[in-house]
Amino acid sequence: MIPAIVVFLYLAAILYVGVFAFRRGKNTSEDFFVAGRSLGPWVFLLTVFGTNMTAFAILGSSGLAYQRGIGVYGLMASSSALVIPLCLLFIGTKLWSVGKKYGHMTQVQYFRDRWECDGIGTFLFALTALMMIPYLVIGIMGGGQTLEAISGGLVPYWFGGGLVALVVMAYVFFGGMRGVAWVNAFQTTMFLLFGGIAFFLIARNLGGFDRIVGEILADPGKAPLLTRQRISPEEFFSYSFIPLSSIMFPHMAIMCMTAKSVVSFKKTVVWYPVCMLLIWLPSVFLGVVAAHQFPGLRPGESDDVLLRMLSANTHVIVAGVLGAAIMACVMATDSQIMALCTMFTTDVVSHYGGDRIGESRRILAGRAFAVLFTVIGYVLALSLKDIKSIFDLAVRFGFSGFSALAPVMLAALYWRRSTKWGAFAAAAWVVVVTAALWWMQEASAGIAPKPGQSPVPIFPALGDLFLRTPGGVTVHGFNPVMPLCFGATLLVIVVSLLTRPPGHETIRKYFPAEAENRA
Amino acid sequence: MKATALTLLVLVFYALHQDVWNWDRAEPLLFGFLPIGLTYHAVYTLCAAGLLALLVRFAWPSGLEPDEDGTSAERKEETR
Repeated sequence: MIPAIVVFLYLAAILYVGVFAFRRGKNTSEDFFVAGRSLGPWVFLLTVFGTNMTAFAILGSSGLAYQRGIGVYGLMASSSALVIPLCLLFIGTKLWSVGKKYGHMTQVQYFRDRWECDGIGTFLFALTALMMIPYLVIGIMGGGQTLEAISGGLVPYWFGGGLVALVVMAYVFFGGMRGVAWVNAFQTTMFLLFGGIAFFLIARNLGGFDRIVGEILADPGKAPLLTRQRISPEEFFSYSFIPLSSIMFPHMAIMCMTAKSVVSFKKTVVWYPVCMLLIWLPSVFLGVVAAHQFPGLRPGESDDVLLRMLSANTHVIVAGVLGAAIMACVMATDSQIMALCTMFTTDVVSHYGGDRIGESRRILAGRAFAVLFTVIGYVLALSLKDIKSIFDLAVRFGFSGFSALAPVMLAALYWRRSTKWGAFAAAAWVVVVTAALWWMQEASAGIAPKPGQSPVPIFPALGDLFLRTPGGVTVHGFNPVMPLCFGATLLVIVVSLLTRPPGHETIRKYFPAEAENRA
Repeated sequence: MKATALTLLVLVFYALHQDVWNWDRAEPLLFGFLPIGLTYHAVYTLCAAGLLALLVRFAWPSGLEPDEDGTSAERKEETR
């Protein structure tokens, strides 16, 4: 129970940080939704990074490494360390710039204006909001699992998840984006500090990692975990498309609007990979070590191996502090709640309500949405417990879909000839293919091979076109995110070329330099 | 020329992510416990930071920063 008490104290501390942010805030909607566009370089780095470090990153990565080995680091972390900062450099900065110039707070506001069309904004709003829900749910699930595991089962899942949801809701409600940013910066700092300590304490208690790794190497059943034999080269390659999702996640796009100056992006772009290394490397490695210490866990059960390692190998007080550090990353769900509030208030209430909706009413609407989405997330987290592994849930419904929308954003920012119909076509492709993949995944659940076993054809008549692997459905062995991205890119190009581009004034507004050159 | 060189550099670096030569082997172990596949990608991550520093220095997008008061030259012109 002592570790759980430490986590409770930690939750109280971040609640205080959030409320403190509330006292520093101004009563304007720009301050509530994008922190008055005032975040400096270091807070911006820690906040952007903390926003991406979720239950998926910490619990999901170690849980997956437990099943599939060290390749999980290359699968997600080293590719993200390149692709996410590239997205921030070439897309995030542009978004920040148009946001600051024209007062946009969300992607949807930009899309509506850029393509002179309400409908494309509304469609993308509905699609991204829907795809955000699973991402929000895994944060609350992770909170419940963390507290349950760290207290040895004394704090039940429903209570832990509820407590996390309540605390997050409170500082989003009061502090808005500034509260979220400060809490994220605090949490990321805490995790970076204590993550390393955890790694060395666990190593010492186990008698050194060299001994454990030697034993794993000597065991033919576990030795593949130290290689990439449980991941195919096709899957490994196609996973590098997943980090494209980073810039299409509404919470990341909105976060890009919070920087005080575009210079804030420079530190984030350069230091982001270093932060990735510091958090993912120990998480993945400990997942593999856990396979030696706690053998036989099924995919859903292995999501909490990191917490099991902490509880089994460190003192109760230390486990509590470090459990709180893990909680820090798990609770990145605040950004999702904040993003949903901002989107619903800005893209629906303000957009359709017009000038009748004053500043104070916008903030009130934002707070009401914070409560609503927290309750929805909590209810879903309770009903989905033990049904799907955190990793699967996030990747299948969130990451792949958002990645496939990245070409839409690129087209909007860099291709003046792109049109709303091109964007519609790409978004519709994402909806249809994601739904088809979901159906295939469910339909092939009965033939899914176990980790280490060969993939199984889903439709034998089609050969290897659709295979069922332990992780899900593949297309010719590649993760579906790849055909999703290629299809979306092709559609946005072809359909844009076949349809009428936005008016000259809009082009001049968003591509002033090109317009001048042409003149 | 500079843009082409940097684009090529990024593409080559992206290709190096697919280190098929490390696929089936765990050894050598760095510090006696870190498998070669993990070591390679840890070093790759650090090199990514170096590459990104180069891009920030030599490929920073232009025309991003609005004027001091937060408005762009274009918007001021519209207002006038």
